[in-house]
Amino acid sequence: MGITFRKETFRDDFTFSNSPEHIRRFPFPFHEDSYMYAVNIEPHVLGPKGSVLENLIDVDEHYVAEMQDRALVLAEDPLRCQSLPHMTLAGWDLLELLMEQQALGYPEHFTLTRDGDKWRWINRPLGIDDSFTFGDVSTVPYGPMEYITRQSQGDFCILDQRDGNLWMDAGMVTTQADWSLDFDIGMNFFEWHAPVPLAHEKGIFVRALKFLTNIQQGKPARRLNWTMTINPRLDTSPENYHKWGPDRATVTPENVGDKVHLRVELQSFWRLPRSNGIVFPIRCYLIKMDELVTQPKWARRLHRVIRDLPEELANYKGLTRYRATLVEWLSKLDDGSPTSPGFGPD
Amino acid sequence: MSTGTTKLDVVVSDVVPVNELVTRFHFRRRDGQLLPTFSGGAHVVVEMRDGERTRLNPYSLMGSPLDTREYTISVRRDDAGRGGSLFMHRHVRRGHEMVISYPVNLFSLDLRARKHLMLAGGIGITPFMAQTAQLAADGGNFELHYTCRTASLGTYADLLRQRYERRVRLYHDDRDERIELDRLLSSQPLGTHLYVCGPSGMIGWVCDRAAALGWPAETVHFEHFAAPQPGAPFDVTLAVSGKTIRVGEQQSLLEAIEAAGVDPPYLCRGGVCGQCETNVIAHDGNFIHNDHWLSEEEHRSCKKIMPCVSRFEGRSLVLER
Repeated sequence: MGITFRKETFRDDFTFSNSPEHIRRFPFPFHEDSYMYAVNIEPHVLGPKGSVLENLIDVDEHYVAEMQDRALVLAEDPLRCQSLPHMTLAGWDLLELLMEQQALGYPEHFTLTRDGDKWRWINRPLGIDDSFTFGDVSTVPYGPMEYITRQSQGDFCILDQRDGNLWMDAGMVTTQADWSLDFDIGMNFFEWHAPVPLAHEKGIFVRALKFLTNIQQGKPARRLNWTMTINPRLDTSPENYHKWGPDRATVTPENVGDKVHLRVELQSFWRLPRSNGIVFPIRCYLIKMDELVTQPKWARRLHRVIRDLPEELANYKGLTRYRATLVEWLSKLDDGSPTSPGFGPD
Repeated sequence: MSTGTTKLDVVVSDVVPVNELVTRFHFRRRDGQLLPTFSGGAHVVVEMRDGERTRLNPYSLMGSPLDTREYTISVRRDDAGRGGSLFMHRHVRRGHEMVISYPVNLFSLDLRARKHLMLAGGIGITPFMAQTAQLAADGGNFELHYTCRTASLGTYADLLRQRYERRVRLYHDDRDERIELDRLLSSQPLGTHLYVCGPSGMIGWVCDRAAALGWPAETVHFEHFAAPQPGAPFDVTLAVSGKTIRVGEQQSLLEAIEAAGVDPPYLCRGGVCGQCETNVIAHDGNFIHNDHWLSEEEHRSCKKIMPCVSRFEGRSLVLER
């Protein structure tokens, strides 16, 4: 039957929205009524049918529109996609992973045929039918990482592993929550996490790095992260702060439901076989408050989480300007009754 | 969170004697599919069902990473060892069904290197078989120096010479040929990375000389799986699982824990990866730390132990497992 891809925008007139089925499959990130950092990493295994974990690489109704938005970002700023010279092999690893997973999960939309190193890739939603030689960069229109990540939802950081650390040496990053690949490229795990408050004191990064450097081939892992964004904007990069930063001052009690979006990142971690690197896909899901509160459990719980969030975290996530307005709006949907355990809607 | 790696069901597709000490084993997937892609320097852990006992030994993959129809390992027979290599030599035949782990790479090439300088001693040649194949296919710049006891024990030396000609230099102990290490290390172009695999004496010698000659630590890579050392039997209490076990003379602590039905995580079983690290809850006696993972300070603190290679001598030991 296949996915019906929406025609929508993530800029200017902001026509992005979720269908009712997509609201129910939204990866709501709070399993209890409060939030604090934890090393919330678990094996990345298949989840229930109809959820965002039905396949290990999720393709959804926003696919075509997201890829069009990515092309616009890259046209304005090619530095959103960078790969240091030693990372080309890892790019081929990623190409293989994404083609395999997309073809496996969505055979009606993607087909991969291999005959030794002669490969053919058909991407029906984007109208692509390319034959190329695996490993030969002259046979693909972009470098292998750029080629495949122009056809895959989410951002991708490829990390080189050496000296017991991970180094952000390649990536395609156009839908980020206020960080910059161009700034972070070449940094190690501790360097690029330096701005995060509170977590260093808790020793979280030391433990997380130890876990990540031990990720094994065939055993990916995942975690959820979240923030909030005003208007359904995918590109909230520091480079474009002047475009999206001022939006935060436009939230009023009247427009909260339409403007404020919960932004959830499903981050997964995979060992790449040829390069021994790690790829870190960051898949961004957006949902506006009006859509989210159609699930009463989520409305009640989000109210409590945002209300009780430690000050440092609220500042780091950029919520300060509109937090009071949002909490006030959400409080009207919180009758004080208990929420059930787990992430899913009731 | 995870116990070891994902497993692969394989069949032994060939057994080839290489010389008087070394035998090569070929594995194919039982379902006929391709094996997972790997990178030069990776190893697999081979499970051996030896009667009641399961032996788990890591071996470097020595085939080309470009061909995953089969995996190949080379096993050097160790008559004085704990029995894993003898089991492979004596009992494993073509057609045997075995279980091996997914590949794990703890000896990865640094792909930033402008040149890869490789030093192998004896059976330490195996990871370089895969690494040179990987580099050669991609036009990579490498040079391999390989020391062995005699020409007849120079496992794959002829093959390497044939494949890579002057990029391979051989040294035979019985002819008193020695690597001129200082000269070699001093004459490398900037951007060279150094890799060494072989007996621990050789690794120590190369790392010390490299450090003395000013090589930055991050350009020096070595792989040494310490085989678990035998020792006097000792008793251990496992606090979480509530078991008391005895570690035999020829058994590692990790093996004894596994034999008791506890499933601890592991990857290398050689004291380098850190996966099986275990907290010490109480002890009365001395630790014999044989690992390369914990710091000296951690060794002295007596609060952690790597059960894959380390032992204990004393009256009582309680571990968090």
